[in-house]
Amino acid sequence: MTPPLLVAAVDTSSGWQTFLQYALIGLTNGALFALVALGYTMVYGIIELINFAHGDVFMLGSFLALALIGAMAKYLGWNWGEPAMIGLGIGLLLVVVPLFCAALNVTIDRVVYKPLRRAPKLAPLVSAIGVSFVLMNVGLLWGGAADRHFPDLVSRQSVLGETAALSFTVKDLMVVAITVPIMIALTLFVKTTRLGKAMRATAQDPLAAQLMGINVDRVIGATFALGGALAGAAAVIYGLYINTVSYQMGFQNGLYAFTAAVLGGIGNIPGAVLGGLVIGLARSLGSGYVGERWTSALVFVILIAILVFRPAGLLGSRTRDKV
Amino acid sequence: MPALLEMQEFYAGYGPIEVLKGISIEVRPGEIVALIGANGAGKTSTLMGISGCLRPRRGRVLWESQEIQQLPAHEIVRRGICHSPEGRKIFPRLTVLENLQMGAFSRRDRAGIERDLVHAFELFPILAERRTQAGGTLSGGEQQMLSVARALMGRPKLLLLDEPSLGLAPMIVVKIFDVVRKLNQEGMAILLVEQAARMALKLAHRGYVMEIGQITMVDKAAALLTDKRVQDAYLGE
Ligand SMILES: Nc1ncnc2c1ncn2[C@@H]1O[C@H](COP(=O)(O)OP(=O)(O)O)[C@@H](O)[C@H]1O
Ligand SMILES: [Mg+2]
Repeated sequence: MTPPLLVAAVDTSSGWQTFLQYALIGLTNGALFALVALGYTMVYGIIELINFAHGDVFMLGSFLALALIGAMAKYLGWNWGEPAMIGLGIGLLLVVVPLFCAALNVTIDRVVYKPLRRAPKLAPLVSAIGVSFVLMNVGLLWGGAADRHFPDLVSRQSVLGETAALSFTVKDLMVVAITVPIMIALTLFVKTTRLGKAMRATAQDPLAAQLMGINVDRVIGATFALGGALAGAAAVIYGLYINTVSYQMGFQNGLYAFTAAVLGGIGNIPGAVLGGLVIGLARSLGSGYVGERWTSALVFVILIAILVFRPAGLLGSRTRDKV
Repeated sequence: MPALLEMQEFYAGYGPIEVLKGISIEVRPGEIVALIGANGAGKTSTLMGISGCLRPRRGRVLWESQEIQQLPAHEIVRRGICHSPEGRKIFPRLTVLENLQMGAFSRRDRAGIERDLVHAFELFPILAERRTQAGGTLSGGEQQMLSVARALMGRPKLLLLDEPSLGLAPMIVVKIFDVVRKLNQEGMAILLVEQAARMALKLAHRGYVMEIGQITMVDKAAALLTDKRVQDAYLGE
């Protein structure tokens, strides 16, 4: 059930070099977890719901990306051999798939969670688990039970040169080059824009937000849209990076991303990023030094250890810190 | 003169419990109206009913002669009813400036917002000093000022104030009441909920007395101040 770890063939000749290589891989993977974790943390921040379906929205996004890549080749005669076409195609996927995931996430909120807004917390939580199963089955119908190959469009050439001690491929670079600007943009958005401030205000006190003339329903919708879009972007990158997708990947990666959000302090945006990086590192170093099969256990041992000393997570404050 | 706000036979509650049992209140243009009553009488619920945060089971709220009781809360703010709620409800991790900006959320006139911000800082200079500080780090008195200033940023025609004196030092209460008087002199209508009944009635033009979900008295504030029953129950004499 463990998601495939993205450890390239690591040259184990030198201790430091090996460590740095694992760390680099870990951080790259962590950036991906962080993108998914942000969706959990933002929704939790605003309505205190753990949206278990979030991972499955991510999964369906990767299925859509896969279908679109096929369709572009088939109907548009897209030549995936050409770098310019690859760049353009990825750009297109990074628009369409996030839009799809945003729309899906908003729809789930409208149809399932919104009617339960005033119900006891357990009701939307259990519903979220239900939606997760429904979406997983949609994925099963759409993509089948077996792992699907996702086209390997991005080069594995090292950008540091083939002779360099460390390997950092074009593919790795792609992950960083997409995730980091997205996270910076999100931070600026939440900090400085009118809607971003309304999101923070609503997260801190929904009743007061209403009294300020904030349309709280709309702000919640926007939060689901934003979280969904981030999951969509992550889905595209995941497919291109890992090259295997399956109907179960939402559950698996969702669990890691959710853990990242809790680790960083659920509801806290920088916390989700930090948590994602910590988990990426833990998985990579764990599988490198302890053994692949211990990786998951290791991640959760770290989670428990951190929560014992900092129950609110790494960046969560003792008073509930949200968004 | 037609009333600015008219609450008519308003019934509302939480779950099976009815806490407002046919409330009728009106506020006329330019008036300060005090709503006094014991803890738990339903004063806060009444204000929430006006603001659209507590839905009526029966009854109406008329604003400038139009029904608003079914409008969402954010629409009611747009029409000019702004609310400084009980317990201040400052956004603790937004700065003072951001809190004030949220108060102006329903507005789009940048220049006007900028002017009102300057005005708010003139009314409460301490807020200007604290503008970059998180709301949660302010003292109780400062938070109360911020809560009033934030409501003013919505450009109210009617300001709802819920226990602005609660838990504050007498000097700060005097300061806040001075601001209320000044706002009223500039033409703003104010509905003031207070447990400090004497101060509220001295400031107000008219007053309502509320007991367990019902209005039991309504009169000129001066008349209520000298009423034996009011004195016994609320003025501690
Ligand atoms: N959110 C709520 N849920 C249930 N009961 C409430 C709630 N808010 C207030 N009440 C009850 O409604 C009654 C009136 O409360 P409130 O309007 O706060 O009165 P006041 O402001 O005059 O003290 C009280 O009995 C209180 O316990
Ligand atoms: Mg009250």
